Parts: sequence; C-alpha cells; structure tokens
Amino acid sequence: MANGTIAATGKAAEVDFYHVKGRHKGILSWLLTTDHKRIGLMYLVFIIFFFLVAMTIGVLMRLEMLSPGETIMKPQTYNSLFTLHGVIMIFLFIIPAIPAVFGNFIMPIQLGAQDVQFPKLNLLSWYLYIIGGALAILSLFSGGGIMDTGWTFYVPYSVRTTTNVSLSVFAAFVLGFSSILTGINFIATIHRLRCPGMTWFRMPLFSWALYATSWIQILATPIIGITLVLIILERALGIGVFDPTLGGDPLLYQHMFWIYSHPAVYIMILPAMGVVSEIIPTFARKPIFGYVPIAISSLAIALVGYLVWGHHMFSSGISDTSRVIFSLLTFFVALPSGIKVFNWVATLYKGSITVSAPMLYVMLFIFIFSIGGLTGLVLGALNTDLHLTDTYFVVGHFHYVMFGGMGIIFFASLHYWFPKMFGKMYNEKMAKFAAYWIGIGFNVLYFPFFIMGYLGMPRRYYDYLPEYQIWHIISTVGSWILVSGILLMIANLISGLKSGKRTTDNPWGGTTLEWTTSSPPTLENFEVLPTVTAGPYDHTKIHGQEENK
Amino acid sequence: MSNHIEHAEEIHEIHIHRDDFGSRMGLWLFLLTEILLFGGLFLLYAGYRYIYPDGFIAAATELDVLLGTINTIILLTSSLTVVLAIVALQKSNKKLSMFFLWITVACGLLFLVNKYFEWGAKFHHGIYPKGPALQNMSEGEVLYFGLYYVMTGLHGLHIVVGLAFIGFVMWQIHKDIITSTNFQKLENSGLYWHLVDIIWIFLFPLFYLIH
Repeated sequence: MANGTIAATGKAAEVDFYHVKGRHKGILSWLLTTDHKRIGLMYLVFIIFFFLVAMTIGVLMRLEMLSPGETIMKPQTYNSLFTLHGVIMIFLFIIPAIPAVFGNFIMPIQLGAQDVQFPKLNLLSWYLYIIGGALAILSLFSGGGIMDTGWTFYVPYSVRTTTNVSLSVFAAFVLGFSSILTGINFIATIHRLRCPGMTWFRMPLFSWALYATSWIQILATPIIGITLVLIILERALGIGVFDPTLGGDPLLYQHMFWIYSHPAVYIMILPAMGVVSEIIPTFARKPIFGYVPIAISSLAIALVGYLVWGHHMFSSGISDTSRVIFSLLTFFVALPSGIKVFNWVATLYKGSITVSAPMLYVMLFIFIFSIGGLTGLVLGALNTDLHLTDTYFVVGHFHYVMFGGMGIIFFASLHYWFPKMFGKMYNEKMAKFAAYWIGIGFNVLYFPFFIMGYLGMPRRYYDYLPEYQIWHIISTVGSWILVSGILLMIANLISGLKSGKRTTDNPWGGTTLEWTTSSPPTLENFEVLPTVTAGPYDHTKIHGQEENK
Repeated sequence: MSNHIEHAEEIHEIHIHRDDFGSRMGLWLFLLTEILLFGGLFLLYAGYRYIYPDGFIAAATELDVLLGTINTIILLTSSLTVVLAIVALQKSNKKLSMFFLWITVACGLLFLVNKYFEWGAKFHHGIYPKGPALQNMSEGEVLYFGLYYVMTGLHGLHIVVGLAFIGFVMWQIHKDIITSTNFQKLENSGLYWHLVDIIWIFLFPLFYLIH
C-alpha cells in the first residue's frame, strides 16, 4: 500500500463526514463544528465569494482602461476600486486560500491525523476571517467613503485621506490575527500529530510547504498588525510616528509594511509550490525528483524571503549600501525557487505523464510562473528597477507570480482534491477546455502589462496617453477571455458537485495518505491510525488502483 | 446503520486527547508573535531615538523614575507569585495556589492603578498627543511621548488580557477542572504573564532610565 503498510480494514462500514450525526443539526453542524474538513469547506465558500467580488472589480477596472479619459467611472471611483481589488484579493483570497482550504482539509489527513492540534482554535480562526471580511464590507458603506490608498496604505496619504481607512485597516488587522492563529495551529499539528512512522523526511511536500508558510505567518504577520494599529492611532490621535509634520518618518512605515508584506508573498506562493510537488509525481507516475532539496528549499525561501523587503523601496530614498545588499539578497531568494522548478521538470522527465485537468493547470503554472520569476529578477536588479518601478511592468510581474502562481494552483488544487472532498467527479473535458481558455486569457490580459510598463505606463493611473491604448485594448479583451474561462471552470465544478459521477477513493493513483481514506473521508479520517514505513511518493504499490482498473 | 454512527462517536471520544506538550508549544509560538508585535514598536523606538537623540533625552526626564521602579517591583513580584501558584498546585495545595493567584491579580491591578495616576499626571500637564504642552515641544519629544503612550498602553492592554486569562484559570481551579495532574492551562497563563513582565523589563529602562 501507499506509504508502506497501513493497517486499515473494513472502512466501508463507516459513513462519510457529511452524514455523521453530531451534536448539532443543519446549519449549526457547520457553524459550531471543530472538524478540520468542515472548516476547510466553510473557508472555501467564502474565499470563492471574495475572489469573485475582487475579480468583478478587476474586470470593471480593465473596462475603464479601454480608452483614455473617462470610460465608465470617475477617477475617485477608480482609485477606490484598485484599492478594493488589491485588499480583497490579497487579504481575503490569496493569503488564506490554499492554507485555509486545502491546508485544513488535506494536511491533517496527509499526516495521518484525525484533526489539527487545536480544533477549537481552528474554528476561531474561521470566525476571525469572517469578521474581518464583514468589517471590510462594512467599511465600504460607512465613514467617509471607500478607501483610496491602494492596498499598501502608504503614509502620509493614508493618514490624510478622508476616506474610511481606519475600518478597512482594522479589518486587515483582524484577518492577520486569523492568519497567525492558523499558522500556530499548523506548526503544532505538524510537530505533534504526524502518524507513527512518519518522520520529517517522510512527510508529503505539501505539508512541508505549509510548515514553512506557517512559520512566515507567525514571524511576519505581527509586524503588519502593529503597523496597521499605528495607522489607526495616527489618524485618531495624531501620535506622530508616521506623520512627517510631527517629525515622523514615512520611510519607517514603508520598512515596517514590507517587513511583513514581502514575506507575505511567500505565504501566498509556498503552499502553491507544495501542491505542485504533490500533483506532479501523481501524474508523472514517478517519485518526486529531489525530495529533500524541495523540502529544504521551502524553508530556505521562508528564511531568505524574510530578509529582502528593501527591494520594494529602491526608489524611496534608502541608502546605496542597503539597496545593493537588498538587491543581492533578492537574487539569492530566486535560487530555492529555481531548485523547485528544476526538480519538478526533472520529475516529469521520462515519467509516464497523464495530462488530466490538475496536471494541465500545473503545466500552465510552470510556464507562467517562470515568466513571473524571470521578470522578478529584472525588478530585483537595481538599475532596471529604477526604470520600471511603479509601472505596469511591476503589476504584470505581480499578477504573473501571484495569480499565475497561487491563483492557477488554487484552481489545480480544486480539481485535484475535488473527488476526495466531495466524492464526485467533474466533467474532465470541460475542465481541460476551461484550463486552456484561462491560460490564453491570462496571457492576453497580463502580457501587455510588461510591454506597456517597459514603455513607461505608470501603475494606478486613471488616464493615459493615446499611444498606450492598443495595449490596453488587448489587455481588456484578455480579461473577458480569462473571466469567461474562470466562470466556465466554476460552473463545471458546481455541476460536478450536483450531478457528477461517484468516484473511487483514489481516482488519480495518488500515493499520499489522503488517498487511502474513503472519498469523502469519514469523520475521523482513519478507522485505525495508519503507520508509515516509507517515503510519500512510492508508486510501486498504489492504494486503490486495483479496483480502478 | 445506527451501529456505525455509534462507532463514529466512539472514535470521537478517543479523539479528544490531552497533549500538554503541544498546548505549551502552541502558547510559546503565540508568545513569539507577541514579541514580534512589540518588536515593531521597539524598531520604531530605535529609529527615532537615532534620529532625535536630544529630544528623547529631554523627554525622558519628564517621567517619574520612582513610580516606574515601584511598578517594576510590583510586576516582578507578581511573576514570582504566579510561579509559586503553579508549584503549590503541583503539590496539590489548591488553597495556597489560589492565594498566590489572588496576589498576582492584586499586583496586576496595582500596576494599572499606578499607570493610571502616571498617565493622569501627564494629561494634566497637557502632555498627550495634540495636547497644549506637547505641541510646543520639539519633534523628538513628540515622538517620544507618542511611542510612550502606544507602548505602555499596549502593554497595559496585555496586563488586562493576562488578568482575564488568570481569572479564567482561577475559576477553573475553583471548579477542579485544573488540578494537580492537569495544570497546563495554569502554566500557560503563567507563561503569558511572564511575557507581559519581560516586555515591561525592556520598556522600563528605555523610557525611564536612559537619560
């Protein structure tokens, strides 16, 4: 069997976790649950909701940029929309998405555990996420109007503007708290709840990636927490720390903001890299190439990624010495990412590859993420950055690594673990068609950003010179293709959920422990705690494959 | 069918396991995040002290070292009593343990009262953000007091949270939920209380002693 010998027998006797009769019925069986699987699914619903909201805002922004001058909205509305798009996407979608949904649902099962270490704390994290989201929505309809600072809340503007900054910033603070508690929970889970025989280096790479992510979450998030509190206090009381008229230095704000927000991009991308390391061996029918380097490179990214925040401030007026050091460290952080990409490609080499929908998304990811990574080096180099900073080039890079990295892999995870989570299968043909469509739309939408940016189109501008229009038109058309692809994908998944064919326990031939449980899993995941005797990617004996063929 | 569900319930009972080490680990990780939360403020303090050395020295003379010293002694004592409470409970002396916890709570409250008078005096003299006296002071002094209020205020908030935590633990000791064989929550509340203490150990010299 997978992962060595697993002493599980007669599991068909138990009902899955959806149908277990607990203490509460109906909606309360969800709202008061401490089951990691139910909490993961509750995250999923709201994360997709917020993603769709922010996506809609993005489409409206692209529509506005179709022609110079006013197209469908006023400048102030545009300022609010790009702020909202960033805040919702980052704090309510990208940061929590993979850890909160799949980390919660899959990670404990991968470890052979029955739940996370602190199940009640896990539910509290979810409530904090919901409260944070609710406050963010409330801030739209109260105070002095929708925040217009951009998602970076740079002072002194965020202290001066009359829009509703305080409440939105407080919402981000609450979301940060949720993120910290999830991080603590996951670290404790990985330390304490691995099943017998699962040594650190027999742990699946998705769990490794979450481990590294959780460390960044607890090491970086408190800094943004206090920074956001200081913005609120600065606005309310005028304490002076970020207000230049009182002697405060806005540069210190930028430092504190990026001490969190740069590591945060690794909070966003590391879990996605973990998912890729799961999907590739499954669909290449090969053990992963370079297991240890991939595991260690996650930790290396977490460590070095903590030390490169200054590259967001190359043009802010920091000293030349610190600029050179930050630039050098930025190049270093590309190394562990490169290690991962090479190991993934090496795993595919001579593999017997099946291009199912999850694998298709992963290949799309490798293509897009490579472009995103290489353009990152262009921005990490001092001289080119001074030309490209604050242009669409940066926005293009960011969307290639974040949406192309984390977003695309979120879609991949949805398809990969869909049969495990719901016990049903979506329409494969439609899923692949949507993946191609998304791939085309993505590149048509964001590639012109690089060209425009290189030609000098500044980011966050409402208006532009007519010579940029052709690129804006291509990009806006791309946004329609991308959005139709995403909607098609979601519709396909929903129809799979409603009327999909029942699936087996291990439809892909996965080798990690979650594929040894029933689909959907039972309440406690395993009838008898599994014992692991080998590494996670042994394809010689795959659980459940006999019954499939 | 009902048999199967009962079986699921059985496992569910086993599943509620006790893991003192894990619980302690979770709290240590949380303490790490608290240190980083204050770390951001210490970073600002360092930055502004470097930019405005004279203003910081001038402002520091405004604080009452005696009151600060008394508060330091009070907090250190409370850290001792919370440890004694743990030892007492480990030796199954519930009454003594509760006694030490009451002293801890009293110390915490006394600290807050002192802080109230300290802040009150400053407010009375117009030294508060946008206050009449502070507006006429130099930029360094404005920032010093800005940080002073934020850092001691946040610390005071942590004292309140710590007291609530200890109060909750006392209630559970009273109800015999926390006992001599199951005292991890008491130990965790003690650890949290020590953190609050340690942060003050850094705040005290930075604001009161360095002239």
